Amino acid sequence: MENLDVLAANLLSPVILAFVLGVIAALVRSDLKLPPALYNGLSIYLLLAIGLKGGVELSKTPLSVFIGPALLTLFLGLITPIIAYNILRRLGRMDRVNSAAIAAHYGSVSAVTFIVAITFGTMTGRAPEGFMPALVAILEVPAIVVALMIAFMRDGRAGSWKDALHEVLSGRSVILLVGGLVIGALVGPEGFEPVEPFFYSGFQGALVLFLLEMGIVAAGRLRDLKKVGFFLVAFGILVPILHGVLTIWLAQFTSLSVPGAAVLAAMVSSASYIAAPAAVRIALPEANPTFYLTGALGITFPFNVTLGIPLYYALAEWLIG
Amino acid sequence: MHHSIVSLKLVTIVTERILEDRLLRTLVQLGAKGYTLTQATGKGSRGVRASEWEGPDTKIETLVSEDVAQAIMDHVADTFFEHYAVIVYVQDAAVVRGEKYV
Repeated sequence: MENLDVLAANLLSPVILAFVLGVIAALVRSDLKLPPALYNGLSIYLLLAIGLKGGVELSKTPLSVFIGPALLTLFLGLITPIIAYNILRRLGRMDRVNSAAIAAHYGSVSAVTFIVAITFGTMTGRAPEGFMPALVAILEVPAIVVALMIAFMRDGRAGSWKDALHEVLSGRSVILLVGGLVIGALVGPEGFEPVEPFFYSGFQGALVLFLLEMGIVAAGRLRDLKKVGFFLVAFGILVPILHGVLTIWLAQFTSLSVPGAAVLAAMVSSASYIAAPAAVRIALPEANPTFYLTGALGITFPFNVTLGIPLYYALAEWLIG
Repeated sequence: MHHSIVSLKLVTIVTERILEDRLLRTLVQLGAKGYTLTQATGKGSRGVRASEWEGPDTKIETLVSEDVAQAIMDHVADTFFEHYAVIVYVQDAAVVRGEKYV
């Protein structure tokens, strides 16, 4: 498919249209809102589903195939918060605490962006490696730790390290992803078969509902765009592209396929808005949540799911394919 | 039969959901024997919460002696007022089974 057709296919997919519907609903001040219990339930379902599927695939993957992408992911998880921090400090002239807080978000990963990237690849006939969810689990935590370390070292203070780390490691996304991976790997394809219809057939529909809520939440953040200023808006689009390009360039030295590199780029370029905000709120309470939440939810998430993901696929094809 | 009525303090804390675990641990350490949790929503001087996924705010109520109430107020003020959305207030309360709470 031509790149423009692919872009159109993404923008006209049910998942993205549901997201747009959510944005519109919020902009016209509709009373539409998913009940908290429902979107909590949906997020548990989605995370456990990708964990289980990833675990089953992992049980079939030789370590020699997995180790390269895994090490690359870990490296990117360590380096991207440092890149983001330096851009915020030097180019954005932001203070240390807010720079570190935002860097934690942009180093970590948004699981929903990952799911949308996989769905996009599958939809356009370019499915990535099955073990990709394991890489999400690897990417999620290190960046938050690195960013908090930067903040603590520079200020020479003892924050609530223990509480923050506990928040990240015991957060639902880590528990469900890692737990799902372990369960999937233990039970293997035969053991997964009886529960597969539930986690497979409903997945796309659940994602549509979840993105509807994401649209409402993201639109709520759009109102804060004026407060965060032009620099952060540009940062929220350009730094993901930079992280995506870096990922794809490095991925060509591993065994990752073109779709695998594209999905990894989408992961690395995405900004966490579940695990990171919780940890940062506890460890760096003086950082302004308006900056990091608006950046991650209001700018980077919408950019990635609409334009970013097709862009990473096109770049991966061009560089590696 | 009349039950004897004892005067205690009812401390109420309304705050971000993310502080709930830490606060509950501290309340018990400071001498509270129990607490009641309620989901709360509202509007105050701070509009922003940490995570949309953490859900609404939390309201913590606990019946304690005057000394414990003072300790809780001090702790909350010193630790959380600067950076978090917190309301804390204390009221007089009259209870039966007063020994249950101290």
